[in-house]
Amino acid sequence: MKVSEVAKSLDLRCCVPGEEDGSVTGGYIGDLLSWVIGRAGKGAAWITIMSTSTVAAVALLADVSMIILAEGVEPDKELADKAQTHGLALYSSTMGAYELSWRLHELIGESCAGVR
Amino acid sequence: MDVMHCTYDIDGDDFTSAGEASGKMKRVLRKIGVDFEIIRRCAICMYEGEINMVIHANGGTADVYVDVDSVKIELKDNGPGIPNLDLAMQEGYSTASEEVRNLGFGAGMGLPNMKRYSDEITIATRLGEGTTVTMMVNFNEKVRRGSFESCGNS
Ligand SMILES: Nc1ncnc2c1ncn2[C@@H]1O[C@H](COP(=O)(O)OP(=O)(O)OP(=O)(O)O)[C@@H](O)[C@H]1O
Ligand SMILES: [Mg+2]
Repeated sequence: MKVSEVAKSLDLRCCVPGEEDGSVTGGYIGDLLSWVIGRAGKGAAWITIMSTSTVAAVALLADVSMIILAEGVEPDKELADKAQTHGLALYSSTMGAYELSWRLHELIGESCAGVR
Repeated sequence: MDVMHCTYDIDGDDFTSAGEASGKMKRVLRKIGVDFEIIRRCAICMYEGEINMVIHANGGTADVYVDVDSVKIELKDNGPGIPNLDLAMQEGYSTASEEVRNLGFGAGMGLPNMKRYSDEITIATRLGEGTTVTMMVNFNEKVRRGSFESCGNS
């Protein structure tokens, strides 16, 4: 399922539209960057409450399909700028990480289980 | 002989741009057609090393050597050195400050990630002098590579 479709279905707010409308093939929840870069798989929707610019570098290197800021967190300006520069898809939601992930799972199904 | 060599200066003062050298390396590897999974492993190894140099060692230099069958990443700093390497290699061990923890660092997973995603890791460290981390990521037989282009700090 495409990033834009996931965003629409989950009613996410678009902070920065990605350069390409990538495929969401899984999910990962985490705020500690070394966990995320080591474990989030390519194509994962990364759900986090971290809004600092350091998130952009990890998203880029880990090849995640989109960043979703949970709990109504809004991106720092530097994060939004970096996402813009690098064509990263950056969204936010008032939902918590738990709700976001079970809704995402309903959307993209079993394919998201255990994606590395 | 190495097919390609890139050098990157890692700025020790700027936490927010940390990771940029890794991004540059990744683009170079992609351009020359290195296998996706190999690039991913190199990106993780280099990122963790780059971040460590920034948050623990006030910056340093990264050298990336691409050979016909491997990528070698060498990270050199003149930081404080690592007093107890066995401890530092343990998952969860971190001396990161509150300030950098607030930026998402400090899980104590960087060195374990570097070990996990490289085929070989060597760490030479001396207290008060600095640390050099060398990592090898070997290509497997299914990996094919294309043309080569120049690179650098651009
Ligand atoms: N280049 C270095 N110079 C000096 N000390 C280092 C260096 N790299 C790592 N260390 C020490 O080893 C510890 C463990 O490093 P590691 O990368 O595993 O975790 P971290 O950097 O603290 O957190 P994380 O990588 O999860 O953000 C660090 O907290 C630090 O004390
Ligand atoms: Mg680290």
